[in-house]
Amino acid sequence: MHPAPSLILFTVLSGTGFGLLVWLGFGLSAPLGLAAFILFGLGYGLAGAGLIAAAFHLGHPERALKAFTQWRSSWLSREAVLATASLAVMAPHAASSAFAATPLPLFGGLGAVLALATIFATAMIYAQIRAVPRWHHWSTPPVFVLAALAGGAMLAARNTLAHWLMLALAAAMVAHWVAGDRRFVQSGSNTGTATGLGALGRVRLLEPPHSGRNYLLREMVHVVGRKHAHKLRLIALGFGAIIPALLLMLPASYGTITLALVLHLTGMAAQRWLFFAEAEHVVGLYYGKR
Amino acid sequence: MTTLPATTQKKLGLVIDLDTCVGCHACVISCKGWNTENYGAPLADLDAYGGNPEGTFLNRVHTFEVTRETAPPMVVHFPKSCLHCDNAPCVTVCPTGASYKRVEDGIVLVNESACIGCGLCAWACPYGAREMDGAEKVMKKCTLCVDRIYNENLPEEDRTPACVRTCPAGARHFGDFSDPDSHVSKLSAARGGFDLMPEQGTAPVNKYLPPRGRDTLDVPDLASMCEPAPKTAKGFLGWLDRALERL
Amino acid sequence: MTQPIVNLSPQVSEEVRKTTCYMCACRCGINVHMKGGKVAYIEGNRDHPVNRGVLCAKGSAGIMQHLSPARLRAPLKRVGPRGSGEFQEISWDEALQLATDWLAPLRATAPEKLAFFTGRDQSQSFTGWWAQAFGTPNWAAHGGFCSVNMAAAGIYTMGGAFWEFGQPDWDRTKLFLLFGVAEDHDSNPIKMGLGKLKARGARVIGVNPIRTGYNAVADDWVGITPGTDGLFILALVHELLQVGKIDLGYLIRYTNAPYLVNAHDGPDKGLFLRGEDGKPLVRDRRSGRAVAWDSPGISPDLASGVRIGGVTHLPVFRHLADRYLSDDYAPENVAARCGIPAPRIRAIAAEIARVAFDEEITINQPWTDFRGQRHETMTGRPVAMHAMRGVSAHSNGFQTCRALHLLQILIGSVETPGGFRFKPPYPKPPEAHPRPHAGFTPGQPLDGPHLGYPLGPEHLLINDDNSAKRIDKAFSWDAPMSPHGMMHMVISNAHAGDPYEIDTLFLYMANMAWNSSMNTSQVMEMLTDQKEDGSYRIPRIIYSDAYSSEMVAFADLVLPDTTYLERHDCISLLDRPICEAGALADSIRWPVVQPDRDVRPFQSVLLDLGARLGLPGMVTEDGRPKFRDYAEYITHHERRPGIGPLAGFRGADGTAQGRGAPNPEQIARYIENGGFWIDHIPPEAQFYKPWNAAYQGWAVARGLYDSPQPYLFNLYCEPLRKFQLAAEGHGLRQPPDHLRARLVDTMDPLPLWYPTFTDAGTDPEDYPLHALTQRPMAHYHSWGSQNAWLRQIHGHTPLYVSGEIWTEQRFTEGDWATLTSPHGKITLPVLRMDALNARTVWTWNAVAKRRGAWALGEDAPEATQSALLNHLIHELLPPKGDGLRWANSDPVTGQAAWYDLRVRIEKAPKGQSRSYPAHPAQTSPVPAAPENLTHQVKA
Ligand SMILES: Nc1nc2c(c(=O)[nH]1)N[C@H]1C(S)=C(S)[C@@H](COP(=O)(O)OP(=O)(O)OC[C@H]3O[C@@H](n4cnc5c(=O)[nH]c(N)nc54)[C@H](O)[C@@H]3O)O[C@H]1N2
Ligand SMILES: Nc1nc2c(c(=O)[nH]1)N[C@H]1C(S)=C(S)[C@@H](COP(=O)(O)OP(=O)(O)OC[C@H]3O[C@@H](n4cnc5c(=O)[nH]c(N)nc54)[C@H](O)[C@@H]3O)O[C@H]1N2
Ligand code: SF4
Ligand code: SF4
Ligand code: SF4
Ligand code: SF4
Ligand code: SF4
Ligand SMILES: [Mo]
Repeated sequence: MHPAPSLILFTVLSGTGFGLLVWLGFGLSAPLGLAAFILFGLGYGLAGAGLIAAAFHLGHPERALKAFTQWRSSWLSREAVLATASLAVMAPHAASSAFAATPLPLFGGLGAVLALATIFATAMIYAQIRAVPRWHHWSTPPVFVLAALAGGAMLAARNTLAHWLMLALAAAMVAHWVAGDRRFVQSGSNTGTATGLGALGRVRLLEPPHSGRNYLLREMVHVVGRKHAHKLRLIALGFGAIIPALLLMLPASYGTITLALVLHLTGMAAQRWLFFAEAEHVVGLYYGKR
Repeated sequence: MTTLPATTQKKLGLVIDLDTCVGCHACVISCKGWNTENYGAPLADLDAYGGNPEGTFLNRVHTFEVTRETAPPMVVHFPKSCLHCDNAPCVTVCPTGASYKRVEDGIVLVNESACIGCGLCAWACPYGAREMDGAEKVMKKCTLCVDRIYNENLPEEDRTPACVRTCPAGARHFGDFSDPDSHVSKLSAARGGFDLMPEQGTAPVNKYLPPRGRDTLDVPDLASMCEPAPKTAKGFLGWLDRALERL
Repeated sequence: MTQPIVNLSPQVSEEVRKTTCYMCACRCGINVHMKGGKVAYIEGNRDHPVNRGVLCAKGSAGIMQHLSPARLRAPLKRVGPRGSGEFQEISWDEALQLATDWLAPLRATAPEKLAFFTGRDQSQSFTGWWAQAFGTPNWAAHGGFCSVNMAAAGIYTMGGAFWEFGQPDWDRTKLFLLFGVAEDHDSNPIKMGLGKLKARGARVIGVNPIRTGYNAVADDWVGITPGTDGLFILALVHELLQVGKIDLGYLIRYTNAPYLVNAHDGPDKGLFLRGEDGKPLVRDRRSGRAVAWDSPGISPDLASGVRIGGVTHLPVFRHLADRYLSDDYAPENVAARCGIPAPRIRAIAAEIARVAFDEEITINQPWTDFRGQRHETMTGRPVAMHAMRGVSAHSNGFQTCRALHLLQILIGSVETPGGFRFKPPYPKPPEAHPRPHAGFTPGQPLDGPHLGYPLGPEHLLINDDNSAKRIDKAFSWDAPMSPHGMMHMVISNAHAGDPYEIDTLFLYMANMAWNSSMNTSQVMEMLTDQKEDGSYRIPRIIYSDAYSSEMVAFADLVLPDTTYLERHDCISLLDRPICEAGALADSIRWPVVQPDRDVRPFQSVLLDLGARLGLPGMVTEDGRPKFRDYAEYITHHERRPGIGPLAGFRGADGTAQGRGAPNPEQIARYIENGGFWIDHIPPEAQFYKPWNAAYQGWAVARGLYDSPQPYLFNLYCEPLRKFQLAAEGHGLRQPPDHLRARLVDTMDPLPLWYPTFTDAGTDPEDYPLHALTQRPMAHYHSWGSQNAWLRQIHGHTPLYVSGEIWTEQRFTEGDWATLTSPHGKITLPVLRMDALNARTVWTWNAVAKRRGAWALGEDAPEATQSALLNHLIHELLPPKGDGLRWANSDPVTGQAAWYDLRVRIEKAPKGQSRSYPAHPAQTSPVPAAPENLTHQVKA
């Protein structure tokens, strides 16, 4: 799949933002006054920036409101509804914490649940796509959710929590890769089933339907070099989870936390890039790309 | 609308005969022509005369080669457009309701004025049957020529998809699969019509007919087909004489 | 659940105009849907006999052709050097004045100095008529480099060949063999026919080194080695003869199999024994005497001959049996050369025999033959064959085509149900065609039609010193039976001044500076080559094209044509009609839209030019133009009294068919009728056309012949023997010595096979591979690439190499390779293909473009990822050291031997990303194309 920068940015930033909001909402971190203003602002800012980045991905952002209508069936619609709902429900809690120094746990708790659901919905947008076997797996939501919660916990300065979440995230990423590498074969789709000619012999694309490129190839067929992928996995794992986890064991200081945060976000960007770039869509079978 | 109807009144779709398709791309271009002028926005062509032309097409013809253990390799031309799946994942993922499956006939359509161009439906389709229009930024797909098949401005015999009407080899057939007596149902049953990627669980309506056995010619040697085999030139003259006598 | 409301019945268009497609020479009927006076959508015309409503990719993309940014806009006068593409737009008055100023002196002094050659236009009877009136002997169309082997072999053997001459009986055939066809002119009908066969489960056998397209759907694929079809076909003949699976009755009644042939050495050897009235004689089995072939009540013999005056005369069939029963043609002995295992050859022969004789079909339709004998039924041998350039574009193509017809005739499947059927006005034997003419006199018309069918050396167009009278050397000893001329030799000969120099080269609709020439790079040099004094070696070039092609850049004066939707055309019985086997038909094009540029229909321009030159037939007695435009010519011109370009709706009231006075309303009647006219052959005349009294009578009534012309098929072709005799030293006209052996070897009156000249002359170690092109179904030669829709399908020309070569060369994905022939090099990306003859490579024909042409961007993949094979193919064979120029053509017909090409392949160095050769860009005479298209015609 094409690793569109807008999507990488969106999933990383908004994920982290909602992750932070989860912790803020649950009151695990209960900043008040200016601290609340800053932290809630950060959470809203990240979540909002992510949503704006996502809007860049749309052909017709002016019709975006229509995306709230299909929550019964569409995870993307659910995500939109949940994101808005969580931000709205959390708002009294946030405002009250910042300006009245009085958390409103009911709103906070409900908002946190919604924020968690938002992250899950984002993950499900990908996990539901059967045509991308690497995504279509139970390990996809954990990666998204843990990444968001770990990043959020770090921002919320819940270092121990963040430490353990980082380790869990590392495990989830590894699981996702290990499982992912086998998913295409496990999906049962191959050029034989794609064409229905598999029983006749070995099937191979001779000529694509057109000599130029097309939307499908641009969007859904992206070939990453294996060496490249290996390196990026190490970066994702190391920067995204392990090193931050180690840094979080050190005595807390702005320096280490900032470093951990930067590394984590860099690592997660690498992870997301790979998440798209390594994901093979079965349509590639029709283009001899597998 | 992105929930799928539990049932549809008809199941309209295509049968594509891989035994007959010569790979001429006629269906591709007639589709392009009809749909540029009809349903929704025109199908754009970007960099149309330049180094990287990229246009929107709703139907494309791939060519595969099949190598076999003992027989010579085969080439199969493989047209592909939307299969109007019964269990269409492209529909259920759509956040806006722009994608839907018609209750009347099962045709999967995009309501372009509601489409936000998120591209998710194209991701969800295993077959590559949806393309985002490069100029209009809305999702495009085969409409099964919904604006032809019921069109009262067309003569009855032309109320068929443009690609079917134009296919010179007669490799494309259109009809209602919910009716077991329809031409397409019978054809598919008789010739072993199959689904593409059944494991994807999409339950496609369109069916493909497999190529018939290739390179099977294997008849007894000529000599065994006629009684006195003349074989030699001399024998031939004798045979000729007798044969002329019989005329 | 509510769903959006879709407009299920949108207005499709405001008006439908029915005309004829021109995206290729198939000439399907089209419905042009108009909105607001503009073309909105094109679909097939269901009533049209050619396509019955279907349309190919090119046809449906006609709208993009019509709107092409490469359309020329006004007459052009060259201002830069030739080939640069630098022009100035001028007025029509200036353009026509210029042309008149150039041509009038030529006509007055040396008409042969005008060479007028046309491409795949559909008005050859008209352009030929014009050239004849001008008086130059140098006119022909493109047939010589296209498929004249097929046409000539067909006419000489049986009075017609494939495609425009006839077609398989698609509704009844049970076994269909297709030789060397990727697409052919009969584009839609072949596909429709294959569809019918598939629907009935009939067997299709594809003989082709490459398995794509039609050959991909063939039930059985014979991946033959290029250039060896003749051998394979004669092995099939060998097998069938050996077991007597031939239709003797058919041979006796309808062919010259019983004709007696002189076996005595001397000037008459190999000629038919003739009676005093000149009629060929046969041996009557009852009396044992030699009698005229058409004597009533005889029983012609095929086995024994007669001895008269000490001279033995044996029937044709004896010669034939002796030759093909020889072990030379045994499957085992041809298998290796053809690349087809012997058992497979046997199996195919057996299948032909089985279907022809065990699955014989009978139609209960009485008919009467030309001998007056009535037959109660029509018997069919449901084996049909079709072939095209894979067979004909070889230097042994003429004889290979003859061999194929021999095979068809031996099993009795020509003009019988289920077999191959002629389309009227065919069949038409060589005798019924004219002889070629080249008698020119300044200021006078030519002494007769340019092209025709020579019946012996006496009909050659040569001077006493054996030099050719025509610039292309057609009908000379180089190519004695070249009834379509040899357009591929014109530029090369004119440049060499051999046989003489010319002044003006006038080309119409042929991209001779690019894909239609052999030896393209050098042709461009010849067109721009200058003499010492700085003048061009070919002094003047006038060209008519509708688009900014490569050839345009080499013209001094460009006459821009309209597109096919903007002009009148007629697809005439005098030329290449659209008839079906069961019907006579012709059709028109008419301006369904008016041009929005300063362009004019070429035919009208030619009439205007003719009038300015005062050509006979084009001016009235008082010297004014006789025809306002081409439409008026179509309506009023008469070739013979009552016979004009269009056969339908003739006579004052428009009811006459075929023959009749001109009808001023004729074109309107065609338009009313959907753009065509059709007249069905009566049921009793549908088959056995050459021998069917009812058919012959009907053909006379329709003006196809002036009197019934029944004839027999020429298994043995006596005119060939006459040329051979000359080469053996007999007769007055003697070939030059260096050609004698070749003429003897190749002009055999019975079909034979010999290796192609390239195979015979090239060291297989140096050039081990065959290289071929195929036509992509979605492009028409060079025109397709300017079409925004079609060019996305085929925008480049990868080289397909067989699995064997792929492995040998250790190719991997993304590699490029250089192909080298004795003559040149090209470099292309490679792709693997297993369904390909193991020693063959191929690419798509004519997709490659010169930069700057066709209004394409300079980075267009057509220029950067593509190359023509033409750069590797020379119009001459490699020099033999004898100082002579040996044409790379069939020695009988002059057909260009495109597919004889042999090459070697080498992997290109890593990092290659552009094709070779890369010619400098030409300046575009048309404005840059728009970047993006979102075309929609709003009502
Ligand atoms: N390597 C290789 N080369 C080949 C062949 C092959 O098989 N292999 N095949 C050969 C054969 S069989 C043929 S017939 C030739 C074909 O060769 P050409 O006949 O030269 O084919 P085109 O490239 O179509 O060139 C025709 C020209 O007509 C112009 N044209 C199109 N429409 C109109 C119109 O309406 N009016 C006018 N005035 N001009 C128009 C086009 O712009 C183009 O420049 O190629 C030959 N070349
Ligand atoms: N779409 C489209 N249609 C066209 C044209 C076009 O440009 N595009 N051009 C038109 C013209 S001008 C012409 S002349 C016709 C030509 O029509 P075709 O004869 O169909 O044209 P080619 O593409 O030259 O195909 C030649 C075929 O012969 C095969 N072949 C080559 N050598 C041999 C051999 O030795 N033996 C055998 N058995 N096969 C061999 C090649 O693999 C190829 O498949 O098509 C006409 N129709
Ligand atoms: S039009 Fe028919 S034969 Fe041609 S590619 Fe399409 S399905 Fe195949
Ligand atoms: S083929 Fe693709 S676009 Fe069409 S219904 Fe099925 S999933 Fe949807
Ligand atoms: S691109 Fe349009 S149709 Fe597809 S999912 Fe998005 S909104 Fe729905
Ligand atoms: S049914 Fe209509 S929209 Fe669909 S592929 Fe055919 S022509 Fe195109
Ligand atoms: S075969 Fe195609 S391009 Fe040729 S005349 Fe017919 S529709 Fe037009
Ligand atoms: Mo041709």
